[in-house]
Amino acid sequence: MSEELLEVKNLKTSFRIGEEHYAAVDDVTLTLNKNEVLGIVGESGSGKSAFAFSLMGLHNRAKIEGNINFKGENIANTAPGKLNKLRGDDMAMIFQDPLTALNPLMEVGDQIAETLILHRSDMSQKDRKARVIELLNMVGIPYPEHVYGQFPHELSGGMRQRVVIAIAIANKPELLIADEPTTALDVTIQAQILDLIRNLKNDMNSGIILITHDLGVIAEMADRVAVMYAGQIVEVSDVHTLFENPLHPYTRSLLNSVPNAEGGQDKLHVIQGIVPSLKKLPREGCRFASRIPWVDASAHEENPVMHEIAPGHFVRCTCHSQFYFPDESKEVQSNGVSGS
Amino acid sequence: MAFLEVKDLKVHFPIKGGILNRTIDHVRAVDGVTFEVEQGKTYGLVGESGSGKTTTGRAVIGLNHVTSGKVFYEGTDITKKQSKTKALRKDIQMIFQDPYSSLNPRKRVLDVIAEPLRNFEKLSKQEEKKRVQELLELVGLSPEAIVKYPHEFSGGQRQRIGVARAIALRPKLIIADEPVSALDVSVQAQVLNFMQDIQQELGLTYLFISHDLGIVKHMCDDIAIMYRGRYVEQGTRDDIFNNPQHIYTKRLVSAIPDINPRNREKQFHFREEVQREFEHSYDDYFDNEGLAYGLQPISGSHYVALPEKG
Repeated sequence: MSEELLEVKNLKTSFRIGEEHYAAVDDVTLTLNKNEVLGIVGESGSGKSAFAFSLMGLHNRAKIEGNINFKGENIANTAPGKLNKLRGDDMAMIFQDPLTALNPLMEVGDQIAETLILHRSDMSQKDRKARVIELLNMVGIPYPEHVYGQFPHELSGGMRQRVVIAIAIANKPELLIADEPTTALDVTIQAQILDLIRNLKNDMNSGIILITHDLGVIAEMADRVAVMYAGQIVEVSDVHTLFENPLHPYTRSLLNSVPNAEGGQDKLHVIQGIVPSLKKLPREGCRFASRIPWVDASAHEENPVMHEIAPGHFVRCTCHSQFYFPDESKEVQSNGVSGS
Repeated sequence: MAFLEVKDLKVHFPIKGGILNRTIDHVRAVDGVTFEVEQGKTYGLVGESGSGKTTTGRAVIGLNHVTSGKVFYEGTDITKKQSKTKALRKDIQMIFQDPYSSLNPRKRVLDVIAEPLRNFEKLSKQEEKKRVQELLELVGLSPEAIVKYPHEFSGGQRQRIGVARAIALRPKLIIADEPVSALDVSVQAQVLNFMQDIQQELGLTYLFISHDLGIVKHMCDDIAIMYRGRYVEQGTRDDIFNNPQHIYTKRLVSAIPDINPRNREKQFHFREEVQREFEHSYDDYFDNEGLAYGLQPISGSHYVALPEKG
């Protein structure tokens, strides 16, 4: 039933700093099916946005290695001209910050129409305008005829984000990449925008990659989840398994650091140290090892690879089997947040 | 006598317009807010962007001009000019939202943290250095950090430098304006834990401003929900989260994503229900300008903005 839409194989995106290349995305392998939401979580600096930009071919000077098979064709390192036929049509992206994603000097209606002009050139001007109004309606913007002629600065943050979404879905993309689509918004608007993305999935049967650092959003939206740390995927599983039986130390630490929805006032878990910067990434061994120094060094693999623990549940490195929280000497539940 | 008492606080900003640039109207950023904070407690102010929560906080510390109303700090009205004594300015400090823009990039950490000390206390160079190092240790940074510049630190570390500066003068009240909104979850946890620790150690009182209900629930004893410059509901944490009365509070609470994916359907259902109720009974909760009514007590601690009966 599930049909594969996107297959990413050993993707490596490196940036040149000085004389050397540093990989921000390192050996990422993932698949996405139609009508599926794949959530990608991680802290800032973990490479999630760099990954999304690689899929869309938006990096200017990055070195991209590996395969990105979209509908059976490898689109990694494709010429921009060829890629432009896909982008905005078969694949589209919702950007994080609507204020920088929109052109401040152009009416929002025209900005939405732009992608229609590029990909649906046979559309008459009248039809095009009607379609833009329809899109504005779809994303829940009141008075679409009026908003058509407004400029981005005249709209609130939530409205702007809706315009960005309207541009992304204008041509009913099969692959939609949403990079922190609600991070800049208030909770009530976030709920509406997530609702909208969910409806799009159901209406258009699209595959969606949802990138966020908010585990609540993941819990609510995703079918499958990939956890990223320091450029690598450290755990992949379906959403229920991830919240109920997280294995990788990073996933468990992350889940324990969220203020508990049940409202406990206990201490939050703190991950020691900081996310290493691109230049200082450990390139050998388990990249999370330095942040869990109390775990015996022999627990880590020399070259950590993904292990399939259960069907569809992959974990990097073997250290998870010996991991415990330092304050967990007494019998405490291991998967703190989800409780039961 | 309450530790901090705010009475019918109003902050209006003029809108200029016309040929002569006269004031043509006002933005009622804060429109009649009344509350009390007990010493040693954390009082949460919650609302969406534009609800007036930050303006309220800034008005309390005196960064915004107060249009009318009073702010009593330990019994004295601090909106009056003559009561803005040095002692008072020492007692109330602020933690800012953005750790990237609230630290001067051209000053070393020593100078950043010592600035309030230099303004209020006459210390020798040696004493000053020692105090700053103590403060750094208190916020969990190494004392050698004094010679570094802000850009050498991560977001969480910078926020802790901001906290060190805020507590340098041993204040009694700290206004924390979205102190962790700019940080990642793991770093957020670090700063929140740390804020709780120093609260106990130094007996601090927090006025905690945030839009994130999860964090507010974790941190605050009493919570107020603001909407368009007015309170819609005020109560203990338990009142607000387990027994929300105002439709706006319900809407806010229902919008928080549930961290358990098994509750997904339930949450959608709940949200839809609240949305229906919101549309259906909007007029019962808001006046014809779309503003909240005055607060009515429904229990000893719990106040809800409802139209007066009868």
